Amino acid sequence: MRSGRILAGLATLAVVVAGCGGGDDDAAASTAAASASGPTGTVTVFAAASLTDVFTDLGQRLEEEHDGLTVQFNFAGSSALATQLTQGAPADVFASANGTQMAVVTDAGLAEGEPAVFTANVLQIAVPAGNPAGVTGLADFGREDLTVAVCAPDVPCGAASADVFAAAGVTPRPDTLEEDVRAALTKVELGEVDAALVYTTDVVAAGDAVEGIAVPEAEDAVNDYPLCTLAAAPNPEGARAFVDLVRSEEGQQALGAAGFRAP
Amino acid sequence: MRRERTPAPLLVPAALAVAFLVLPLAGLLVRTPWSQLGTLLTAPGVGQALRLSVVSATLATLVSVVLGVPLAWVLARSRARGRAVLRALVTVPLVLPPVVGGVALFLVLGRQGIVGSWLAETTGITIPFTTAAVVIAETFVAMPFLVISVEGALRGADVRFEDAAATLGADRWTTFRRVTLPLVAPGVAAGAVLCWARALGEFGATITFAGNFPGTTQTMPLAVYLALQRDPQAAIVLSLVLLVVSVATLLLLRDRWLGRGAAA
Repeated sequence: MRSGRILAGLATLAVVVAGCGGGDDDAAASTAAASASGPTGTVTVFAAASLTDVFTDLGQRLEEEHDGLTVQFNFAGSSALATQLTQGAPADVFASANGTQMAVVTDAGLAEGEPAVFTANVLQIAVPAGNPAGVTGLADFGREDLTVAVCAPDVPCGAASADVFAAAGVTPRPDTLEEDVRAALTKVELGEVDAALVYTTDVVAAGDAVEGIAVPEAEDAVNDYPLCTLAAAPNPEGARAFVDLVRSEEGQQALGAAGFRAP
Repeated sequence: MRRERTPAPLLVPAALAVAFLVLPLAGLLVRTPWSQLGTLLTAPGVGQALRLSVVSATLATLVSVVLGVPLAWVLARSRARGRAVLRALVTVPLVLPPVVGGVALFLVLGRQGIVGSWLAETTGITIPFTTAAVVIAETFVAMPFLVISVEGALRGADVRFEDAAATLGADRWTTFRRVTLPLVAPGVAAGAVLCWARALGEFGATITFAGNFPGTTQTMPLAVYLALQRDPQAAIVLSLVLLVVSVATLLLLRDRWLGRGAAA
């Protein structure tokens, strides 16, 4: 997270230096050149931490497509990113893990146009490989004889879990309320809990040590991810190119492979 | 003990050290929402977490004394080879990130662990996510403080007293009980206090190995961490409670135990 911030800072510096160095003629010339050969320069993308792998990959693909284009990322919790943006951090694109933090940015009048939901994440039951306790669904979280973990209600995945349990009419009997979703997943990976409620993308990222069980009731608490270009974007053309790639067939396939689902 | 005036070259660094250690606490006090203190303190779960913290830290200290003092003797006095290696090994928890310590405890005492799986099969007992797991995690992290401090006291103690006891016909166990132990009592007390304080503040190994559940495994540091996610003001108040309880306990104990040692 910290290195992300440093990168964003460097990106800002690069933009500022470029802005100072070029006169009007240069700017006009570079615009003309850019429109001829697509976007150039640096695109700065502020994105939710859960998008790290997919967006890094998509950024590389965009750089390969366009000569002279660099994509810089600042990955962090959505609320931290929204705070940075309202405090004046210069960025071209903002991708949030929920509507609440996107609203913080749109309410401040920082977004260019309407944000679009580009993907979604749902909760899933994670069980150790082989599912030793034979967990089949949410109802198993109410069983006394199983050891289960859910996120603490104080953290976002815990709030979502509470909604899902309420929708299912299940009263969970957790043995531990985890401080974040990754900690819950670690306990599944070690085989120390029989099941935990985590995000689908976490199950995919955990690989073979963990199996996922879809939860129909989770459909009531789908986490939508909106993204927008920013009104003050230093590189609007690059911003549009990145957003287009994310929303393209190619971008949606990459998101799908990581466990995200179509909006 | 002789009281002297502090030499001038020591004054400035000592004052800096005080400022460095005390200012963060002052910051905590300044930011405490005094007007909401009552509401935040009587919130459900606060008393429970505090009680659990004190009880588990005390149990961890007792276990550490019972096992750690003999270990300190072995490190300080025994002529067994490999003591240097042994000393390095038993102080590993001091440098190990506590979260890693928690995972390591899983690998041994977890229900899939080397000892834990055998225990679960033969007795049906599983340790993780219980109050016992809290005590174990705290003991793991805190015992080295006691061992190091008692070992230092043993090395500093005058061996001639023990020799005299032996000459007068005391066997080695009697010598340890009647001569060595009273001699190093201040060191044991200081080590126990350090150990207790470390156990009280333990977070990483506990939340990993014991999990977090109110009443069973949620100690004050865990409650503080989670409150920080939701309501930083409440987190400050909770930290303050932990601070007051620990400082008060340490002052009380100091008068009772260390008072004698300092006068000797």
